[in-house]
Amino acid sequence: MRSKRFDKLAQRPVNRETFIKPWPEVGLIAFDSPLDPSPSLGIENRSVIEMDGVRREEFDLIDHFIARHALNLDVAERAMATPSCEIARMLVDINVPRARILQLASGCTPAKLVEIVQQMSVLEMMMGLAKMRARRTPANQAHATNRKEHPALLAADAAEAALRGFAEVETTIGVTRYAPLNALAVLVGSQTGRAGVLTQCAVEESVNLRLGFKGLTSYSETLSVYGTEDTFIDGDDTPWSKAFLGAAYASRGVKTRYTSGTGAAALMGHSEGKSMLYLEARCLLITRGAGSQGTQNGSISCIALPESLPGGVRAVLAENLIAMMLGLEVASGNDALASHSEIRKTAKLMLQFIPGTDFITSGYGAIPRYDNMFGGGDFDVTELDDWYVLQRDMQVDGGLMPVTEEAVLRVRERAARAIQAVFAALGFPSIAESEVEAAVTAYDSDDMPDRDKMADIEAAHTLLYGPLTVVDVIQILEEAGFQDVAANILEMQRQRVIGDYLQPSAIFGDDFQVLSVVTDPNDYQGPGTGYRVEGERWSILQNLPQVWDPRTYRKSLGTVQERIWLEEIGPAERGDQLEVVIALGPAFGAEINHTIGELDHRDVLSAVLQGIQDEGVHARVVRAHHTSDCAFIGYAGAQLSGSGVAIGIQSKGTTVIHKRDLAPLDNLELFSQAPNLDLDTYRQIGRNAARYATGQPVTPVSVDIDNTARLRLIVQTTLLHLYETQQVERDRPPTELRVS
Amino acid sequence: MASNTVRTATGRTLDDLNIEAIRARELTADDFRISGETLRHQAEVADAAGYWQLAENLRRAAELTIISNEEVLGIYDALRPGRCTYSDLMALADRLEKDLAAPLSAAFVREAAEVYQERGTLKNSDPAAKRRVSAAQGYGVDGASQVK
Repeated sequence: MRSKRFDKLAQRPVNRETFIKPWPEVGLIAFDSPLDPSPSLGIENRSVIEMDGVRREEFDLIDHFIARHALNLDVAERAMATPSCEIARMLVDINVPRARILQLASGCTPAKLVEIVQQMSVLEMMMGLAKMRARRTPANQAHATNRKEHPALLAADAAEAALRGFAEVETTIGVTRYAPLNALAVLVGSQTGRAGVLTQCAVEESVNLRLGFKGLTSYSETLSVYGTEDTFIDGDDTPWSKAFLGAAYASRGVKTRYTSGTGAAALMGHSEGKSMLYLEARCLLITRGAGSQGTQNGSISCIALPESLPGGVRAVLAENLIAMMLGLEVASGNDALASHSEIRKTAKLMLQFIPGTDFITSGYGAIPRYDNMFGGGDFDVTELDDWYVLQRDMQVDGGLMPVTEEAVLRVRERAARAIQAVFAALGFPSIAESEVEAAVTAYDSDDMPDRDKMADIEAAHTLLYGPLTVVDVIQILEEAGFQDVAANILEMQRQRVIGDYLQPSAIFGDDFQVLSVVTDPNDYQGPGTGYRVEGERWSILQNLPQVWDPRTYRKSLGTVQERIWLEEIGPAERGDQLEVVIALGPAFGAEINHTIGELDHRDVLSAVLQGIQDEGVHARVVRAHHTSDCAFIGYAGAQLSGSGVAIGIQSKGTTVIHKRDLAPLDNLELFSQAPNLDLDTYRQIGRNAARYATGQPVTPVSVDIDNTARLRLIVQTTLLHLYETQQVERDRPPTELRVS
Repeated sequence: MASNTVRTATGRTLDDLNIEAIRARELTADDFRISGETLRHQAEVADAAGYWQLAENLRRAAELTIISNEEVLGIYDALRPGRCTYSDLMALADRLEKDLAAPLSAAFVREAAEVYQERGTLKNSDPAAKRRVSAAQGYGVDGASQVK
């Protein structure tokens, strides 16, 4: 037997996902594996001799690195002796400042950090994020990639992303050899859209480092670290090689962030039976110990794996919190596709979106998912307006600025022309006028002409291995009439020399002002403190392009009738014959002349009159002045009707069939969904009223129900009702009308 | 950092790094390289903010500013699993210390050599431990492509 409801449920997007029972022995467990160690730390002569139940002689590469570089031995004994629940409570206690927790956490082993966050619900962890986030001002990061690796489209997309407020834009490649051109296009594009956007091109480390050396990128978050030794070795690195790489980037003035996340070790087959969260805590201590500015964590590309397990999303939030407790900049995931279900995807996002993180996503697709070379992306360009509305709904800063179409088209064109000029001057395969034009208005790379890939790759090779650098690019832009873009890229290079953005959580605000943990530290300590969306920023976030001023609505309704077609001919009297009274609202056919369903009031009244006439019954039209309420309009008509039956019609179209002996809020039939009423319905309403008046059997009028009508039109309903209510004269009795 | 005290790796001031100089073809990419001195200053800033490991990283980075791109890439590669013997790494550390004036990086490489030896992640490690590197040597998978 099959339930039709269960059949529907089975087809829901969320059921395209996989849900499994934990299997701790292979690491398929989000947290609390039976094989996770209990926190412990032994120190002798300022040297760690035992950590989380492992003696010094048994240490693996990771234990060695953490013991030597990550732990603050000055506070370790105190931190380890403090009950985990007490530290968890400090995380949500607004009276405990961030600095005090940072200090305690610096002496905690991986197992201790896990034990602390284990005490917390997701709500408490979100409180922890709000307080422990390093930078006061939240921000966001974009992906800009495309399947054709088209430079004009990349530049245009990077420019648009920059204009929309993304603080970092990352690109990557389908074919590795394109990397230098993609890095160049995104650099030029981003600095066209808005000054000071940091950019990177995610590729293999040695290529990545070369791009940084040439000044084509300004940050790198490709430095993956892993929670078990075997996974690290399979990643062809060690904590020492990764730490050296971090120093190499810094030595060229490139901002760096490591990357790790729950599920990676299990996915790579070397979990040692440890939980995902415990292994991620080890990654984060490596990250801190290596001296990284921050981390990209929150499961990242593995997100679906913890999500297959109970508590997986909670574990992912917990890993963000642990990273923040370690003082690291956190680009908090929400980058890889997290669900087929919009509900699940958004619910997961809220855990980072509401409290705010340094980068709420570590890559929001500023392009269609089709073109996202980072595996599709969790959010994409078609969902930007949803993001803006969420910011506006909750008065939360998700790092994005509302933009106009006009401004977007302008920066896209300028960016495409800038990269066109650079390609031309460098002798790279030319970018044709048609390519520039296509890039300005493109939805995705299918809108772009194909390019000669061989020739582009050759140019990319020349750029990477030849003498060309960003200095040539600045010079070309300056001389080709792109002085503003040249000036921004030059300033990016000057900032590289200054190095203030090598501090944790660094981004550029207006005028290349560095916002980092040093210059803009998070000072949240409860209501009234920390970052608040207020003043000018709140004004910007609420004034979306699609927002309109309700004061203008009346004007949009059109002018008042040029000719009075409903003439008042005196006080309405109570009738004594068989009739149906049609009682109209105070503004009907006068201040308002259409229903909310866009029906002309004349047509509505004609249809009702026709219906009554169809049944051979006399009709009389009156206007209520004392009320704008549909029930009371109908009730007033019923008191005047010779038959006791009346139809009440509000100007917005809401209609009732009333009867004299009923209570005011009772009725014979009520048509509350005015947008769904058509002229045929109004005619049937007239017919039914006439049949009630003559005492014949009546089948209630059936109306199509559209449950979204209220959702769509509630503002217009409110405004129309407001105008009608403004016409109310409390003490004035109904008047008789002549229809012409 | 106060902009009037910044010197690039080539000794120029920030004021020298202007668009007129670029137009006049007076500047190269090397003129936009951060100096060791600036990185040491940033290390002090990081230390003061409680980020002592970042400070150590920036001090190692300061040492690398005068080492060529190719050699920096070479050192990174040497530190990857199974690339070097213990004595290779010790020789590298000596070069860093004696020839390249990089004592912190040298100490870091020595520390790695000790730990690698203990864990068998060196080239020609003992057979039991060699298991750890064989897979990686056969097929180098980069972390970046794994995770992002």
